Amino acid sequence: MQLTNRSKVVVHKEMNWVEKLYLPAIFSGMFITIKHLFKKKATLRYPEVTREFAPVYRGMHVLKRDEEGRENCTACGLCAVSCPAEAITMDAAERKKGEENLYREEKYAAKYEINMLRCIFCGLCEEACPKDAIYLTDRIVPSDYSRGGFVFGKDVLVEPVDQRIDISKRKKDYSIVHNN
Amino acid sequence: MAKVTIDGKTIEVADGTTILQAARMIGPDVAPPTMCYYSKLKTSGGYCRTCLVEVSKGSEKDPRPMPKLVASCRTTVMDGMEVKNNDSEKVTEARKGVVEFLLLNHPLDCPVCDQAGECHLQDLSYEHGSAKTRTDFERRTFEKIDIGPYVQLHMNRCILCYRCVKVANQITDGRVHGVINRGDHSEISTYVEEAIDNDFSGNVIDVCPVGALTDKTFRFKSRVWFTKPVDAHRNCDKCSGKVVLWYKGEDVLRVTGRKDQWGEVEEFICNTCRFETKKTSDWTIEGPRKLDNHSVISANHYEFLKKPKELTINTVKPLAIEGGNN
Repeated sequence: MQLTNRSKVVVHKEMNWVEKLYLPAIFSGMFITIKHLFKKKATLRYPEVTREFAPVYRGMHVLKRDEEGRENCTACGLCAVSCPAEAITMDAAERKKGEENLYREEKYAAKYEINMLRCIFCGLCEEACPKDAIYLTDRIVPSDYSRGGFVFGKDVLVEPVDQRIDISKRKKDYSIVHNN
Repeated sequence: MAKVTIDGKTIEVADGTTILQAARMIGPDVAPPTMCYYSKLKTSGGYCRTCLVEVSKGSEKDPRPMPKLVASCRTTVMDGMEVKNNDSEKVTEARKGVVEFLLLNHPLDCPVCDQAGECHLQDLSYEHGSAKTRTDFERRTFEKIDIGPYVQLHMNRCILCYRCVKVANQITDGRVHGVINRGDHSEISTYVEEAIDNDFSGNVIDVCPVGALTDKTFRFKSRVWFTKPVDAHRNCDKCSGKVVLWYKGEDVLRVTGRKDQWGEVEEFICNTCRFETKKTSDWTIEGPRKLDNHSVISANHYEFLKKPKELTINTVKPLAIEGGNN
């Protein structure tokens, strides 16, 4: 039974004496190999050199702080409910007196975990967030030897106060345009 | 008996029925939304104006339309009355205005509020409101108040529907809270912030359409859509003991009354059931609570999903074989 008409018939032709020497075939093969030594390399020496990403690239998440260094996240759970991979879990806690400089609102995420093995980097969490708290950045999720290491907690996700992560390229204007 | 037509659907109801009750009898597609009316509480309704409808024909005897939109929870039907609810542009416009007024002082702290996900004001503004506010003024703010050991009052969120006051008047004996001051300054309060000490006081949480009265034992524990509701009952000497348990994993995070399709509890439950019995061993589980598909709480509950028709091997037909045995 023939499935397609693209099949090629294999013929076992007897080789002549030049072909039996194999030298022309070896030299033409070596020529192709050596030619590539002088071409521009396709690989980059990561992590010393990084490739430039498209502005829409979605990599590792960051939990943002506001201008005063307070965490934006209020553990509203909209990222977790919008997550199609169910990668996000969180526990909320109430802000106590004296913690006003740590958390922006009276509720905050005591635990915030993203399972990077489940995450499909779709960016829906970023779109769902009403508090400007979660953004996907152009950072690459580091590799690890164990599965447990891929459950990223607040220690990894929240940006340090002195090392802010620039997300200005990803900020979008979602203001609603009214027709009436 | 009176024959009334609402949005083109006719129903015959007893005299003295309100337009709202008649509309609810027809079904949820014609029933106007309500914020303050509560069928289980006498004299409730008439404050919020969300249930406004247009009466295009007063009655068989006097077919003139009513000059203004009427509150359907307080207007009784007449024989031959014709009512427009969703069909009327006037009503849609008026309802949008009502929502705007209700939201004038309502803080948009839904990400923090425990009521989010089962909040009637959220649903109402999503369906009938506008996406933007036009007010330039500061919202009025209050400090949050603990009413007793279990209930917390966030006066910021209150829309003054009076439901909790009616619960205290009608369900519990000896009301100690009410609305003080007038107009824009009115607020729910207890006399000298006295604790509500009554077996049925927890029902103010269930009747509150917004997050003004919330369960302190559930405060910030979980968002409602991450909890799984389960019907359960127990032998209680004070109430019917029929409740909904809200599970997260193995833990019962909170206990509420069973709410019907209008968001009203079927039976009021006592404080012992609501606050003090939060172990699975205290309850007889009946089964998962059926929720409206559109509710965010039913997100990630897969029992409502329709299973696709499975593709069986017999439905795949073999390709036609050409040329015999080649």
